[in-house]
Amino acid sequence: MGVPSEDAYTRFVSAGFGRDLAKRLGLPQPAVLRRYSPHQPLLTGPVLVLGFSQQADAVASALLDWDLDVRRHATPKEKLGAMVLVLDDLSHPSDLAGPVLAAGASLRDLAASGRVVTVARDAAEASDPAAAAARAGVEGMLRSLAKELRAGATGNGIILHGEVDPSSASALGALRFLLSARSAFVDGQFLSVSIPEAVLPEDWERPLAGRVAVVTGAARGIGASIARTLHRDGARVIVVDVPAAGEQLARVANELSGTALQVDITAENAGDRILEHAGQRYGRLDIVVHNAGITRDKLLANMDPVRWNSVIAVNIAAQLRMNEAFLTSELFTDRPRIVSVASTSGIAGNRGQTNYATSKAGVIGLVGATARLLEPRGGTINAVAPGFIETDMTARMPFATREVARRLNSLQQGGRPEDVAETVAFLASGGAAGITGRTVRVCGQNLVGK
Amino acid sequence: MAPSASSPSSATPSSVTPSSAVPSDTDDRTASATSAPAGPAAPRDAVIIGGNRIPFARSGGAYTKASNLDMLTAALDGLVARFGLQNERIGEVAAGAVLKHSRDFNLTREAVLGSALSAETPAYDVQQACATGLETVLGLANKIKLGQIESAIAGGVDTASDAPIAVSEGLRSALLDLGRAKTTMQKLTILSRLRPKDLAPNAPGTGEPRTGLSMGEHQALTTAQWNISRAAQDELALASHQNLAAAYDRGFFDDLVTPYRGLVRDANLRPDTSLEKLAKLKPVFGRSLEAEATMTAGNSTPLTDGAATVLLGSEAWARQHDLPILAAVIDGEAAAVDFVHGKDGLLMAPVFAVPRLLARHNLTLADLDFVEIHEAFAGTVLSTLAAWEDEEFGKERLGLDGAFGSIDRSRLNVNGSSLAAGHPFAATGGRIVASLAKMLHEKGSVQGRPARGLISVCAAGGQGVVAILEAR
Repeated sequence: MGVPSEDAYTRFVSAGFGRDLAKRLGLPQPAVLRRYSPHQPLLTGPVLVLGFSQQADAVASALLDWDLDVRRHATPKEKLGAMVLVLDDLSHPSDLAGPVLAAGASLRDLAASGRVVTVARDAAEASDPAAAAARAGVEGMLRSLAKELRAGATGNGIILHGEVDPSSASALGALRFLLSARSAFVDGQFLSVSIPEAVLPEDWERPLAGRVAVVTGAARGIGASIARTLHRDGARVIVVDVPAAGEQLARVANELSGTALQVDITAENAGDRILEHAGQRYGRLDIVVHNAGITRDKLLANMDPVRWNSVIAVNIAAQLRMNEAFLTSELFTDRPRIVSVASTSGIAGNRGQTNYATSKAGVIGLVGATARLLEPRGGTINAVAPGFIETDMTARMPFATREVARRLNSLQQGGRPEDVAETVAFLASGGAAGITGRTVRVCGQNLVGK
Repeated sequence: MAPSASSPSSATPSSVTPSSAVPSDTDDRTASATSAPAGPAAPRDAVIIGGNRIPFARSGGAYTKASNLDMLTAALDGLVARFGLQNERIGEVAAGAVLKHSRDFNLTREAVLGSALSAETPAYDVQQACATGLETVLGLANKIKLGQIESAIAGGVDTASDAPIAVSEGLRSALLDLGRAKTTMQKLTILSRLRPKDLAPNAPGTGEPRTGLSMGEHQALTTAQWNISRAAQDELALASHQNLAAAYDRGFFDDLVTPYRGLVRDANLRPDTSLEKLAKLKPVFGRSLEAEATMTAGNSTPLTDGAATVLLGSEAWARQHDLPILAAVIDGEAAAVDFVHGKDGLLMAPVFAVPRLLARHNLTLADLDFVEIHEAFAGTVLSTLAAWEDEEFGKERLGLDGAFGSIDRSRLNVNGSSLAAGHPFAATGGRIVASLAKMLHEKGSVQGRPARGLISVCAAGGQGVVAILEAR
């Protein structure tokens, strides 16, 4: 812990002399992001829904049901909380001009920490080349648009698979997450929705009410933050960490009225021990968050077996073994959710991290292949890939390296553990029922990788 | 107090209620409890749900700056975290410390207030030297059996690092008089009484007030009396270290210990010690005796800091809270010996308590699946075993037909004991009870009956407290 709420540079350039100086020198000007807290409004202003399909109307009416101020046409000079481009009916790239240019015309009216969300169908599933080109075009357009946004605004998209419609429950669940402040550090990303059915939360403030979650590596950092967020969203939490981290783990458990389970996840019976605890104490297990992970960085030329093997054992082999136990357990059958923490290193690679990137890319592979196994149980599995997150670990990086690393994204700042936790909590909730086998980046649209 | 094995049932708590064996629940667990050997029938079971302790530190080590209150609070908080007891009102918490500051007059209640438990949890302090921890378990278990409370936390803590230091009697009496003095003249007169020697502080010792001998010197007398060899003591110490290290390695303590202040395992544990290393240590006790001095720092417990807690409850309470049930507290017995006149060794009271307790339940040493004899010194354990194996002692002192019996060493302190873990006086009872309860639960049943374990703890003042636990 002990991570400042904003880094010193962001504070300096956010007001007064610092802001003027940064502007004159053309220095990055990261914004203070609007982050989620219960009872805050979903958006800071009206939402403009663009698109000409029937589904665009259906989405607009669904947004009205959430008590949002919905516009179908822009009112000049009116500050917008968000824009939603419903593009499910594209048949040719030329179809994009209308809605995209309309969005462009309103971009200057987008409020700080505003949202742009596209909803389009999967290019690979298009029946003809023109439709595929149009659908793929949306991705290029959105990723570029996201890089043009300022003041903490983000641009993200939803990709619909199969028969999923923009106004289906699962697409709306994803849309709500992208509109909300929960997705503050998610930028330039696409959520793939492939299952239309979803049981959306009755209470959006406590979407995990009645659920029992286990979080590994929960004694500190991102894991502790995930546990806090799941608890805030209504879940009862079992926090897991190695016995050596027990003191901090107990503190987290007591803060969250949860239970602490000291277990080394690389132990042969770790999954069984978690299930035994969950069964004894809660009679069920609904959410598993594989967060525990280690780094043992070395250039491959200098890599020794201990460093390589320990990273593989903790970061990927342990998850594989534990999942086998969960997937055969009667306790884990009510719309179960698994969320794994991957890393952008696993996507883009990182010098000195062949072992770590192997394990994290492995997580992405694991998630993709496990989705099918969870389907019969009505469950999902996904990964979250954090980019540069301000933690004790990154606080130990050399100053210059850290300064560069945290500016290398569209939001020009590092994320917070809570940002990762919010996405994990979303993927664990009913709102994400349509998403499975996917990896969601929480990186502020980091320049590296996809 | 002359030990006697006669009329074992006269001093039992069964007089409290008619022994009509009322099963509180109808499930098979109660049935197995009632089929236990004859003994005082408790109105209902008191069960051990689990425990938590902090790793024990050598005095002057990791917990040098930690007070008894800090450590007991940490042990409680770890227990709360393990069992999800945040804001829970526990029936009663009892704990204590042997070395205690006067400011800690309400140590346990203060620890409760500083913990994540409900502030409405009552608490009291107990002090019975090294038997404090076990006595809190027995006292609270009795309250649960009687239906006075549904849940309880027993425990103990001690610090030799943050021990109270008292002023001399001369200074203390002068300061008290000074407070009562009215005139300047009176005050000056009082101050003039003081001499430089009065300003020297009194550090606490482990010496017996009536003999002036330290505990080690007392044990040296007993060790010599029973002809316990240096080699036998070193072997016992080695086994303690090896057993404790193996238990840690297989994760046995994962749900019994919560790290504290950076300490993850007991600091006294030496997994790599050997008979050769132990043999090199110089004797520290009994050097003025005629017999060979055999007690070293290796086969004696060091001064230790630490805290331990045990969660107890009625079966119904445990089930209502979806908590595990590891074992039941069957019965306990206290004994004391006249060490002042040299009739028995200072730490030999359990030698008398155990036969009395087992007789009450128609049990022999052979009926025990695990035996936990607190290793104050290796010599204490070995003298105890020797006395039990001695025919003459059995006849003359225990009032038996012959020797009381012997203990299968493979059942003795199988996960290590105080020689390896260390011995923060009042915390030792909680350490043993929680570990034994887990061992019994893992063992389950033996020949169709629940696994059974014995705990024996010797204490200063020539006292001893022993108890029987049974698997659930």
